[in-house]
Amino acid sequence: MSDGTPLDREHALQLLHGMLRIRRFEEKCAELYGQLKIRGFLHLYIGEEAIAVGVMRALNSEDAIVATYREHGHALARGIPMPAVMAEMYGKASGCSHGRGGSMHLFDAQRRFYGGNAIVGGGLPLAVGLALADKLLSRPRVTICLFGEGAAAEGEFHESLNLASLWRLPVLFLCENNLYAMGTSLARSAAETDLHIKATAYHMPGSVVDGMDVVAIEDAAQRAVAEVRAGGGPQLLEIRTYRFRAHSMFDPERYRDKAEVEARKKEGGPLTRFIARGKRERWFDEPDIEALERTIAAEIQASVDFAETSDWEPVADLARDVYTPWDRP
Amino acid sequence: MSGATTKTSYREALRAAMREALKADPRVFLMGEDVGRYGGAYAVSLGLIEEFGPERIRDTPLSESAFVGAGIGAALGGMRPIVEIMTVNFSLLALDQILNTAATIRHMSGGQFSVPVVIRMATGAGRQLAAQHSHSLENWYAHIPGLRVVAPATIEDARGMLTTALTCPDPVVIFEHATLYNLEGELASDAGAVDIERAAIRRTGRDLTLITYGGSLPKCIEAANILAAEGIEAEVLDLRSLRPLDDDAIFASVRRTRRFVVVDEGWRSGSLAGEIIARVIETAFYDLDAVPARVCSEEVPIPYAKHLEDAALPQVDKIVRAVKTVMGRG
Repeated sequence: MSDGTPLDREHALQLLHGMLRIRRFEEKCAELYGQLKIRGFLHLYIGEEAIAVGVMRALNSEDAIVATYREHGHALARGIPMPAVMAEMYGKASGCSHGRGGSMHLFDAQRRFYGGNAIVGGGLPLAVGLALADKLLSRPRVTICLFGEGAAAEGEFHESLNLASLWRLPVLFLCENNLYAMGTSLARSAAETDLHIKATAYHMPGSVVDGMDVVAIEDAAQRAVAEVRAGGGPQLLEIRTYRFRAHSMFDPERYRDKAEVEARKKEGGPLTRFIARGKRERWFDEPDIEALERTIAAEIQASVDFAETSDWEPVADLARDVYTPWDRP
Repeated sequence: MSGATTKTSYREALRAAMREALKADPRVFLMGEDVGRYGGAYAVSLGLIEEFGPERIRDTPLSESAFVGAGIGAALGGMRPIVEIMTVNFSLLALDQILNTAATIRHMSGGQFSVPVVIRMATGAGRQLAAQHSHSLENWYAHIPGLRVVAPATIEDARGMLTTALTCPDPVVIFEHATLYNLEGELASDAGAVDIERAAIRRTGRDLTLITYGGSLPKCIEAANILAAEGIEAEVLDLRSLRPLDDDAIFASVRRTRRFVVVDEGWRSGSLAGEIIARVIETAFYDLDAVPARVCSEEVPIPYAKHLEDAALPQVDKIVRAVKTVMGRG
């Protein structure tokens, strides 16, 4: 397993930085939500950061990402600047979706980040189409499609896996299995809870990886992306994780015991586990972590300042971008 | 224009437009259920797979949401897909992708992404196909900001609307009324792109305007001819574009004739006909000489039996009666 994976200090610090950055950003978001600075739905990724950080390292700048409504971590790990993400949370015109999308709809054309989709399963057909375009245009690109385990119950999951496999498209399906579709546990909603084996029904490789192990995730993603890019057809990677926070800020969490959450926290989330391992392996030590914390705190403060001081889009522009300017023939 | 014409069917005109687009632009491809080897459920794409191959005339599984969504994704990825949905009835299985992705992504992303996809589908009743194969849901799509919705009702529009739609950077939904595929007429040899935002007057008249679109256009023309024999000259306005609606053309015609009837195969409640009447009342109320009327489908699932189906749909005699009532000659 990944415990044997050699990692140099620089690499380890990057992984740690990536995960800590998402964690602290979201803790700040929760605080800002309490202050009514951020409104609407806010879905936190706390506990799942290793996935975004591990997976995005496997991609190059030409690859495409289709994400979910729980995508702050995906966006940050992909390199969308934190000030633009924070300004989007505020709904400001300087946000990465110009304030039109909010927390659930982060977009960035330059980084080929196709959102931020609030329809569970809705991103899968889109990812298939992006990969189809790449195949038809003979571009050596990969599209990754992130979705939760709840999406595996949607018809679009099955339709999309079949289509991608039938046409051997360069798409990597990444199931972030955090065990709960809002309040419905996988065990209460799926007859087959080993989600990766569903790939077999669509004649594609399926595998599973520990979502709390960032090194294992990066390894699995690097391998899968390379195989997909080489023309091997699509793959399904199930990443088993856990959401430490509520589904959204409105969720009173009646559906799971506090003891369960506490037990999972005690087992250790991706950060706790990686920090312990990093110290054990002497990749980094407490002063390194403190230095990262200071850098991240400064970045977050600068992002909040940017969002606070950014302008609102004028109401006069409300109807802009419903349609694209069109040079009629 | 050379003046030369060729006898062409609505179906052949659609096919000619697709063939031209496939030849002109390597980014264009056709995708849908049975568009390839079968030749299209309505034979619109017959022969295209032999000419362009299975990569560009792409048969799909019966997965409306996935292949429509894939068309949207391929458009985002730089292609110019034409997605055929066999009928509007099946399009409900893809409505999520059309509404939640195609129509929203540009605005939701702050203008970063456009979706230049063309979605064609058959619509309408009149062939005894019963309740699940006879819907006219154009108004559902016309309700959605971010989409363009057109309904070609003539050979010329069948030939030209697709060409223009493929130059549009946003999603265009084309509704082809199933009873029009066999319509035949003379088409100019050099026919090509046509505007897809303006209504067109198909028959001029001074007494009243019949506002319609798609499969109801031939019925309105027939009704107008009957009315002419009785001394009522009806203007027939073909909407052509259902979103955006050509308000200027509607108001101009109604202001001339001062009376109007809307003929729309959709169910009456929540219909496009209702929307058009509301717009005229809001804007040109004082130019009217009579209360307007509408001829829509009856509020029943469309039945199979011929006499019942006929009774459920707008028909020439119903249109004639509605016009006479509005003219005070009922």
